[in-house]
Parts: sequence; C-alpha cells; structure tokens
Amino acid sequence: MTLLSAVTRQSEKLTQWALPIGIIVVWEILSLAGAIPLRVLPAPTAVLAAAWKLMLSGELVRDIWVSFWRAIVGFAIGGSVGFTLGLANGLSRRSERIFDSTLQMIRNIPHLALIPLVILWFGIDEEAKIFLVALGVFFPIYINTQHGIRSVDPQLIEMGQAYGMSPSILFWRVILPGALPSIFVGLRYALGIMWLTLIVAETISASSGIGYMAMQAREFLLVDVVVLSILIYALLGKLADSTARFLERWCLSWHPAFQPATEVET
Amino acid sequence: MTIQVRRRVDDFSAPVPMPGKIEGWNDGLAVTIHQLRKSFAQNQVLRGIDLHIGAGEFVAIVGRSGCGKSTLLRLLLGLERPSGGHFRFGDRPGHTVSPGAIRIMFQEPRLLPWASVLANVEVGLGQERSAVNARERALATLREVGLEDRREHWPSVLSGGQKQRVALARALVGRPRVLAFDEPLGALDALTRISMQRLIERVWTDQRFTAIMVTHDVAEAVTLADRVLMIEDGAITLDHRIGLPRPRERGSPEVAALEGQILRALFRNAAAGEDA
Repeated sequence: MTLLSAVTRQSEKLTQWALPIGIIVVWEILSLAGAIPLRVLPAPTAVLAAAWKLMLSGELVRDIWVSFWRAIVGFAIGGSVGFTLGLANGLSRRSERIFDSTLQMIRNIPHLALIPLVILWFGIDEEAKIFLVALGVFFPIYINTQHGIRSVDPQLIEMGQAYGMSPSILFWRVILPGALPSIFVGLRYALGIMWLTLIVAETISASSGIGYMAMQAREFLLVDVVVLSILIYALLGKLADSTARFLERWCLSWHPAFQPATEVET
Repeated sequence: MTIQVRRRVDDFSAPVPMPGKIEGWNDGLAVTIHQLRKSFAQNQVLRGIDLHIGAGEFVAIVGRSGCGKSTLLRLLLGLERPSGGHFRFGDRPGHTVSPGAIRIMFQEPRLLPWASVLANVEVGLGQERSAVNARERALATLREVGLEDRREHWPSVLSGGQKQRVALARALVGRPRVLAFDEPLGALDALTRISMQRLIERVWTDQRFTAIMVTHDVAEAVTLADRVLMIEDGAITLDHRIGLPRPRERGSPEVAALEGQILRALFRNAAAGEDA
C-alpha cells in the first residue's frame, strides 16, 4: 500500500465523524448564543459536565453497568433459545411442524404490549426486564437462523453427500457456514431490539439503570441528565452494532461482500 | 428441507478398510449395469439400461436434454435410488469398493465458498481428511491442476475455469477408481474448455481411472472418449467405439467425420424444431 492510499484511507475513516462533530459544534455555538433555551436542550459542555458529576458520584458507572448487564443476560437467554429452535426447525420438518405455527402466533404480539402483564408477574425486578429483552431478541434470531439453514445451497449439500460427509460434518462444514450470513442479519437486528426493549422497560418500571436515571432526572427537570442518558443509549447501541459488524467481517471474510474489491479477478 | 445423508456406494456393497498405497490399487474399476430403471412419479427416465464399462475405459454419454443421462450418473453415485435393476463396480460379483472410490465432478464447481482452495480440495479426501499426509496429497493434486499458488485464496476470486480445476482436483485427490463427469465443461468458454479437456485427458492417462462423462458436446465426446454412448428416451441407442489414436486433433477430418456420424444419429429420430 502506498503512502498516498494510506493517507486517503485514514481521511476516509475520519470523514464519517465530520458530520456528528459538526452538529455538536453548531449546537454548542447556538446554546452559547442563547438561541436554544437551556430548558429545551442544554449545551454539549453542560451534558459533559453532568456526566462528569455523575461519574464522580459513581452513579453513572453503576447505572450503565446495570443496563448493560440486563441487556447481555436477556440477549444470551433469548438468543440461545432462538438459535437452538431456529437450528432445529431449519434442519427438521417435524420440529418445524410442532413449533413453528405456535411461534409465529406469539411473534405477532408486540412484546412491549406484555409490559403490564410482565409487571404483574415479576414486579419491577430484574426478571421483568430480562424477560422482555429475551422475548424481543428471540424472534429475529430464530427467524433468521431458520431462514439461513433453509437457504443453504442444496447443490452444496448434495456435493457433501456425494463426497461422503457424515451428517455432523455436513452440518459443521456446509450447513452452518452457509447459514451464517443470515444468522448475522438476525444478530444485528436483535441487538437493535435489545436496546429498544431495555429503554422502554427501564423507563416504565425500574429502580436502577440508564432509563431509570433519565426518568429521575425528568422529575427534577435535569434536562442535561436526560440528554446524557439518550446519548449513552446511542453510544451503547453503536458499540453493540460495531461489535457485531466486526464479528461478521471476521467470520464471513470469505464472502464477496467483505473482500477488498481489488482481489476479485474476472 | 430435511437433511438426510444417504449411504453412498456401500448401499450395494459393504465398505472395506482403506488399504495403503498398493501397486495398481487405484486402477479403474469396471462398471456393470443390468436392467437399470428409474422413474420419477409417472415419468420413466431410464427404461432398463444394460451396459458394461471396462476397467479404465473412458466412456462419453451423449443425448438430448432430459434423456436420462445425468440420472444414470446420479444412480451410480448413490445420489438417487434405482427403481429397478442393479449395478456393480469391479469384475467379480460381490466385489467391495471403498468409500471414495467413485467420485463425481458436477456441472457447477460446487466449491465451499467459506473454505480456501486447498481446504476445498481436502473435501475430496472424505474420511481420510484427518490422515497425516492429507495436506500434502491435496497440495500435490492442486499442483497437478496448476493452481498450487492459489491454495490460500477463497473460491470467489477464481475464474470459472479455475473453479472447475479446483473441482477436478477435489474429485481426483481421493484417487478415485471411477470418475463421473456430469457436463463439467458446459459452462466454460471455448478456449478454457479445450484446455480443461486436455487436462482431463492427461490425468486420465496418468491415473487410469474409469471415466464416465455425460456431455452435450459431441465433438468433446469424440475427442476424449474410447467409446461414445447415446441415450434416447431412457435407453441406449448407440454404442460407438472410437478407434482414433491419441492425442486426437480437434477439428481433424477423422474427428469431424465421427462427430457428423453421431450427430446424424442423434437427429435421425428428432422432429424438426425439437431441441437436441
């Protein structure tokens, strides 16, 4: 790689940050000039100051940690159940006949509509939030895993059979890698649902977490803390998505979509 | 889709443990087919095929689309079950063949996109994939098809002809004794096709497996095969021995004459406008 192309690539990487940074700068200037009333939107520096204060008191770290933990646990439960059922129903017609129509019926219930019922069942304890996150994460993972398995090229499966692969080797070497692109679509979609569910659940019923922090701040008209919570959600969402994209890039490096264009030969 | 792995050739005979490298071990196997029939629902695709293919022979099967020639290969490979009749590999009845002795090269390369070129070749080793010399054997075979320097690449960066060469290496690496070709060159451009034909002829000359090639291209059949069979309506209607010395000159008068003769036979029963 030449120096010039290295510089170009670095500047391309920086380009994506130009717009958000620009927005923040304009926002700060408008706030300082008094064009945006503090009651509506505090200046970015004020939000930073609030973050610093909450950080010192330990509240911020504790709330982020609590939310993060709920997200991860819910995701792990919903994701693993969804993945397992997706595999089973993708591989076996019988399993699909038993489970699929029931699952499709449940899927049509908006999971957030269950909040009142979930509060009755679990109170406002951790179980309620984890249950909702798991339920929300379950369906994208389930559907995309099943779809991925179903859409593996039958010619490749036949090739595997013709070359004497046992069912387990066929699964590990042909079916699962073939389903991975679709599974990753489900994963990224599920991560979005995970944060969305958690935000709603925490703002409605919680005694800790970022959503709770935002609701408390609203009570005391601390607009800077409310904005801070929203920004933290945005950052956590971006972090989760970047992690998924990194994993995707790593696992699907064979996929033409993830290869540098120069390598392709015609 | 229910994924079921059918037992392959061993449906017809129990597998034997793989012997080590024995002199003459990977010589071709004779194929004897007796009254083989196959129907899909009401559609009778093969109506009693009787055929003996000698060990190490190169047989080309031509015929119109849908005449049942690919079905015959799929039956031999164990990818379909016969509706009637039987076949066996080897000269003696009850002869046992090891798994991997019968291999197929498909019309499409069917390489695993998520495996490197070398790993794709290793697929052809079947159960021997974990053997100590597996990698060396795969590399040696890849060298044979001239793609050793591509071993770490993904299949998606290869050209169509290169992909088929990898597929050929995968078919060859297990030292098959019968190699079936299901129109493997159908999708390639004319020049790549000729160089692939030369490659196939060379490895067949070296390894002396029994080759059964289904093709649309009568010229290809005449250039490569010892014997050209024609299947029409599920039955063998022509069995022509090609006595020309090898290597055969493409476009030479002898080849062209034979090609014309077989093409005429192919069109004899065809109504005007019917596709061949």
